[in-house]
Amino acid sequence: MDAPLPLTAEAEPRPSAAIALLRHARYVISGNVVTAASFVLFFLLLLCAAFGPWLAPYDPLASDTMAALQPPSAAHWLGTDHLGRDILSRIVVATRLDMGIAISSVALVFVLGGLAGVAAGYFGGWTDRIVGRLADTIMAFPLFVLAMGIVAALGNTVTNIVIATAIVNFPLYARIARAEAAVRRDAGYVQAARLTGNGEMRVLLGTILPNILPIMAVQMSLTMGYAILNAAGLSFIGLGVKPPTPEWGIMVAEGASFIVSGEWWVALFPGLALMLAVFCFNLLGDGLRDIVDPQRRT
Amino acid sequence: MEMPLLDVRDLTVEFATRRGTVQAVKRVNLSIGKGETLGVVGESGSGKSVTSYAVMRILDRAGRIAEGAVSFSGIALRELPEREMQDLRGREISMIFQNPRAALNPIRSVGRQIADVLLQHGQATRANARAKAIEALTQVRIARPEERYDAYPFELSGGMCQRVVIALALACRPRLLIADEPTTGLDVTTQKVVMELVTELTRERGMSTLLITHDLGLAAAYCDRVAVMEKGVVVEQAEAAAIFRAPAHPYTRRLMRATPRPGAGLRDLLPQEAPRPADPPPDPRQGEALLEVAGLVKEYSRGGGLLGRLAGRAAPAPFRAVDGLSFTVRRGESLGLVGESGCGKSTTSMMVMRLLDPTAGSIRLKGQEISGIPARGFASSPLRSRIQMVFQDPTDSLNPRLTAARAIADPILRMGTARGAALRARVEELAGLVGLPRPLLDRFPHQLSGGQKARVGIARAIALDPELVILDEPTAALDVSVQAVVLNLLQDLKLRLGMSYLFVSHDLHVVRLLCDRVIVMRQGRVVEEGPVEQVLEAPRADYTRELLAAIPHPPV
Amino acid sequence: MLRTIASRLGTALPSLAGVVVVTFLLTRVLPGDPAAYFAGPVASPEAIAQIRAELGLDQPLLAQFARYLGDLARGDLGVSLTTGQPVLADIAARLPASIELTLLGLLLAVCTAVPLGVLAALRQGSWIDHLCRLVTTAGVSLPVFFTGLLAVYVFYFLLGWSPAPLGRLDSFMSEPARVTGFFLVDSALAGDGETFRAALAQLLLPAITLAVFALAPLARITRASMLAALSADFVRTARASGLNGRTVVLRYAFRNAMLPVLTTLGMVFSFLLGANVLVEKVFAWPGIGSYAVEALIASDFAPVQGFVLIMAILYILLNLFIDLLYGLVDPRMKEG
Repeated sequence: MDAPLPLTAEAEPRPSAAIALLRHARYVISGNVVTAASFVLFFLLLLCAAFGPWLAPYDPLASDTMAALQPPSAAHWLGTDHLGRDILSRIVVATRLDMGIAISSVALVFVLGGLAGVAAGYFGGWTDRIVGRLADTIMAFPLFVLAMGIVAALGNTVTNIVIATAIVNFPLYARIARAEAAVRRDAGYVQAARLTGNGEMRVLLGTILPNILPIMAVQMSLTMGYAILNAAGLSFIGLGVKPPTPEWGIMVAEGASFIVSGEWWVALFPGLALMLAVFCFNLLGDGLRDIVDPQRRT
Repeated sequence: MEMPLLDVRDLTVEFATRRGTVQAVKRVNLSIGKGETLGVVGESGSGKSVTSYAVMRILDRAGRIAEGAVSFSGIALRELPEREMQDLRGREISMIFQNPRAALNPIRSVGRQIADVLLQHGQATRANARAKAIEALTQVRIARPEERYDAYPFELSGGMCQRVVIALALACRPRLLIADEPTTGLDVTTQKVVMELVTELTRERGMSTLLITHDLGLAAAYCDRVAVMEKGVVVEQAEAAAIFRAPAHPYTRRLMRATPRPGAGLRDLLPQEAPRPADPPPDPRQGEALLEVAGLVKEYSRGGGLLGRLAGRAAPAPFRAVDGLSFTVRRGESLGLVGESGCGKSTTSMMVMRLLDPTAGSIRLKGQEISGIPARGFASSPLRSRIQMVFQDPTDSLNPRLTAARAIADPILRMGTARGAALRARVEELAGLVGLPRPLLDRFPHQLSGGQKARVGIARAIALDPELVILDEPTAALDVSVQAVVLNLLQDLKLRLGMSYLFVSHDLHVVRLLCDRVIVMRQGRVVEEGPVEQVLEAPRADYTRELLAAIPHPPV
Repeated sequence: MLRTIASRLGTALPSLAGVVVVTFLLTRVLPGDPAAYFAGPVASPEAIAQIRAELGLDQPLLAQFARYLGDLARGDLGVSLTTGQPVLADIAARLPASIELTLLGLLLAVCTAVPLGVLAALRQGSWIDHLCRLVTTAGVSLPVFFTGLLAVYVFYFLLGWSPAPLGRLDSFMSEPARVTGFFLVDSALAGDGETFRAALAQLLLPAITLAVFALAPLARITRASMLAALSADFVRTARASGLNGRTVVLRYAFRNAMLPVLTTLGMVFSFLLGANVLVEKVFAWPGIGSYAVEALIASDFAPVQGFVLIMAILYILLNLFIDLLYGLVDPRMKEG
């Protein structure tokens, strides 16, 4: 494979790393329709979250008992609920709250779990034992059940839903970060970084962390879906968000009683919104993995 | 002429890859007569293993035989229905592989794996399968075969696993054995035992053997005929003696030259046409002690576990990886540290490098005691830049997120003074020194070849003009032709920059090329120490003699 | 074997201790007045003070913890304000309904996911592989309560194949004599075919809903580990020694591929116990999940705490069982 090198190699100029990454991202997205679709969906979600109240055709809280439980029509594209509120408007406006809960809980656990895990994997010893014990204890509970217990104990608020979701996701992040840091602790290039005079902290932050971050980012996107489901599940059983605030989980719960009598649209559309959001983040995670994996970059 | 047992005609194998179809093997012709051993030699990517998989028809999903014919004892294998081919495998033609532990099912006892094969080919009944499998284990000289029958692969050593794989392959008394790099990754003494076992058993049964290897020495020692492959093509095929006496093809000649062997110097390994740099005059400071190691010990506790301690069992005695080692490296000298896996040579180099804290003993660099500085704090010591290292695996030792230039600049950024344009100039100068073309400097490791990555690693190690460089098997992951170039580069750099080397290796012949003195280690202790000529020509210790005798080499 | 079991039990103990500590901390250390929690939302200040004294909340934390341990040892999980019964009795009465549902869901999921994943790995790129990919990506995106509602709409409202989603048994039927508490088992033991059929009809839809939820991660890991096993060196050796396709796939590849699946099973069970709560709400299933949800809404804390504790203990027991099973399959585990 590897013949002795002539000293005159080709002199094609290499693009800078950032441009190469962008090009690669474009290559992955254009090469994969599904990933491209998930990016489009993602921007749609962001759009709804940012401008929801201006995009919605009706006031999401305005009830109109004359128009209650109407199936989808030209006036109400996705129908109306039992109080005559426009379901489309409620779904669009709810995006901000649902995304907000998911993103803030994932960001919280990303920082806490990621740092704890990296420290545990890198330093080993007591740090490792404490973080490991903490993660094991959380993992000993069925996660959704623990989240229920935490919200019940902390109090029934949206902030506590965020905290509970972050806590139950902690072991996942800590374990991945720990495993990735532990394999790299004695990797050749980390040893080499030590030899070149990098102190332990600098090795950890400058050499190990940048190599772990992409893996964690992929994980973040993948667990985002789980965080959305977890939060929606909690509000489905009546925790966290209070009616009449529009939120997908609550809307499905409100529609549940009308399913048996055939008014399917009340529960179906918010459920679909939930599903699409989760689906989008899962696909996005897979797509991100292709983009950040340096081995597959050409 | 008698009909050959295996006859391969115009064999072409294609692989479907992301970038289209690739021909891994191109119109290859081979034949093996009854009782003959044919060696197929080539570097990585030469298509030698793929050829054997195609013969067995066990190519993976992406590969297919595009052209050619394979006939085994008159049967056309390529056209044979899968059912009959399957019946042939293991019964008529069988195979042994590299990495024997992975080649065995990890959760099935080795005896039952042999019994599976015997039952499959009707060589045993349910009633006597166990006895027959034990007999197969006995034939490969496994001690206490009845017990070993129930052992799992993870309980056996690498050499022992390879014997089980051999027993598995020979259990049904096939007529042809294909051995695919059977000893790669094993220690030389184990390699010798395994190869002699294979030779003896196949000769006894009048079997033919196809030996696939990257090691010319191994092929010379054990084959009747040799075929040399390069990039999917057989470039030369002849009697073993003839091919080593008078290699006809330029590639064979290059390969022969690059292989370390008795009597050949370091410069002899390079292709004839390569320019020879003139050796500069010796350093006047030569001879003063640079590194002094005395009574070095590293112990690892063999944890008895919490439960064991609770049960009142005494903790087992700690394992001594390095057991009272003393040596000196003088300025301008290269000292070789040689031994088989587990002898403690790598642990020693890690301690000298101050990446690992010793249990006891002293390490003095330029007269200053450095064993007391904890490994974690050594990064900030001014002595850090005086002692550097070239790692075994060039891929693993480069940060995948840094370009070659950034990797080489790393030590200068941490401990040097050059910045900006001066830094870039220094990096380019270093690249020039190690023969790394300048355009490659902005590439990431995965865009470089193995040899190029090795050069980046060397440039990084010499960036701060260290006085001592530890070479930890720097060429073990490279093909021989690349190894020859890298070894020569290391020698040039040493002479030019006046460094000293501590060369850690398992291969005495490679050590001889680069070193003035050599230490042979075993189980953490020094077995023999002396000038390299004396140790290789007239070894005093039995172990050194055994080690030397085990290394196969092509006839000079 | 006994020693292995003992050592596994030893590893489960720290988890158990952690669970007990956490359930204690949930009530005592977090902000808020635990006495107010236990007294419920409509209690008068006097009632709260009385509860505080009853629970020993005026004592130091360690003393409270000791008392909590003592209560646990006696099986005293407190009294539910909504039902007026001891929490343990309530849970014991409702637990079989939840277990029957969860286990049937898990069984359905494993029986579908494992063959699907194996076939997808064996026929890479075929329709079954695409089906597997569809199931795994769609399955993880479906909120379990949403799947349940869809199933109710299609199979009850539109097609009428399924009975009304209202509990374990049609209200016109009488429950089978209680032996195990599992209606399917009890009615079969009583030889009552009609009750068995009715109970199964009620159980099937929620169980399938749970199974759809558990299917995705199981099929995904089965496919991936089967692919890894098929390309492993030892499978190549098995093929090179002429073992027939069935032996190679089943005895060599499949058994090795099952090890990661077993590990994932624990994780999936954790998800299932959570999903169970949601499914019970959708199907008005009288299990401990809906019991806990009712208590949560009524701010009745003792049942919630008991529920969390019991679920965690169930989960630890299951993990113990999986560990033992793993030890049986993988000889390497006996050492460690």
